[in-house]
Amino acid sequence: MSSVYLQADIEHTLGNLSLRISCALSAPWTVLFGPSGAGKTSLLRVLGGLSRPERGRVVFGGRTLVETESGVWVPPAERGIGFVTQQPALFPHMDVTGNVAFGLSGLSRRSSGERVGQMLQLFHAGHLARRRPADLSGGEKQRVALARALAPEPRLLLLDEPFNGLDADLKAGILEKLTAWLAERKIPALYVSHDVAEAFETAADVMVIDGGQIQAHGPAAVVLAARREQLLWQLGAVLSQPDRLGLQADGEA
Amino acid sequence: MDRQAIFLTFRLATLTTLILLAIAVPLGYWLAYGQARWKPLVEAAVALPLVLPPTVLGFYLLVLMGPRTAAGRALTVVFGHPLAFSFAGLLVGSVIFSLPFAVQPMTSGFRSVDRGILEAAELLSARPGRILARVLLPLVRPFLLTAAVLAFTHTVGEFGVVLMIGGGIPGVTKTLSISIYDQVQDFAYAQANHTALLLLSLSFLALLIIYGRRGRAGV
Repeated sequence: MSSVYLQADIEHTLGNLSLRISCALSAPWTVLFGPSGAGKTSLLRVLGGLSRPERGRVVFGGRTLVETESGVWVPPAERGIGFVTQQPALFPHMDVTGNVAFGLSGLSRRSSGERVGQMLQLFHAGHLARRRPADLSGGEKQRVALARALAPEPRLLLLDEPFNGLDADLKAGILEKLTAWLAERKIPALYVSHDVAEAFETAADVMVIDGGQIQAHGPAAVVLAARREQLLWQLGAVLSQPDRLGLQADGEA
Repeated sequence: MDRQAIFLTFRLATLTTLILLAIAVPLGYWLAYGQARWKPLVEAAVALPLVLPPTVLGFYLLVLMGPRTAAGRALTVVFGHPLAFSFAGLLVGSVIFSLPFAVQPMTSGFRSVDRGILEAAELLSARPGRILARVLLPLVRPFLLTAAVLAFTHTVGEFGVVLMIGGGIPGVTKTLSISIYDQVQDFAYAQANHTALLLLSLSFLALLIIYGRRGRAGV
């Protein structure tokens, strides 16, 4: 996928943050980097339809989703965009099956059941089908939230730090499944992350945002080159001084 | 005990509660999530019966329903008879007077729903009616029960408005609370005691249901 699938030119003020974004996404996997309060979540909310920008235009897959000048506004559920946030926000009164099936009202009962089964299997959550969210662990909730967002097969997936608080192995396992599933269906994703290594691993485009504006956008190897050099330098410095790692002279901890 | 008054009171309270729930769900939803600038105006109007003396409300309703106002004449055309001193008029008055008792719990209920859950539903379904039925109403069920119980019991116990616009006509507008008043006027204290005890038991039971449910639901 090399052609531009999403074009956004937006102005949006939220408290002290003034968001002024102009970007065009074309990579299958784009990582959004930036410090806290930089505007990452605000940008994703505008793209997903959870916030209305004061001014601007968002075009996705050739369809205008937002155009403040002409009053165009496509509601979130009609955008074909999946959105998973840090909070799984599962419906507490429904079991896992009910949660995942909620976005499948357009399918027949049988097709919906099959799709739910496939999604739960993908995220190793088949055994959780009849459980309520209150009976799930944090990692299980996030897996179900992902299954719920992917079940309607969106044309774009927004991920706002959905794996925060999960242990590294679990996160890596989920990411692997997710990227493979998305790649198979050619569904692009915009992913908020703080992990430089992850950006390199997923061969992502990187968009650096700070102060509500895009500071850099391009391949990870280019955009994050300086940051990687700095991390490698820091790592080298630490390794050259074993006592800083709490190691004894003979290498024992 | 005045059986006619018991039947009439429970009929009035049941109909008032059903009408109020039909109004309170959409109005409470709008008050919780709406962003209109004039929302405080509606909130104040809904809450007015809480602070207004019942006789004041009753007086204005009586005037409004009477033949001297355009509204009263229009209502007469719609219902085929003047609303004052009729069961329909009593129903209109009860709905208005008990409005905050149904709307405020529903507004609180909708406001208590986690914003993230509502947004998750909006991302997955474009039909507000489906979101209301499948996500919001099940989550605000304890508040719905509170609204229903408060609207019902408040209507059962209402006196001032009922007397002003109903006049206490037996079988038409004479409710239990007016029946007690009449029994005391007639020095029939034993009868008044029975009726009062019925209302007391009903009120206590209603509060027991609300607090019992709240305790279990952790609301």
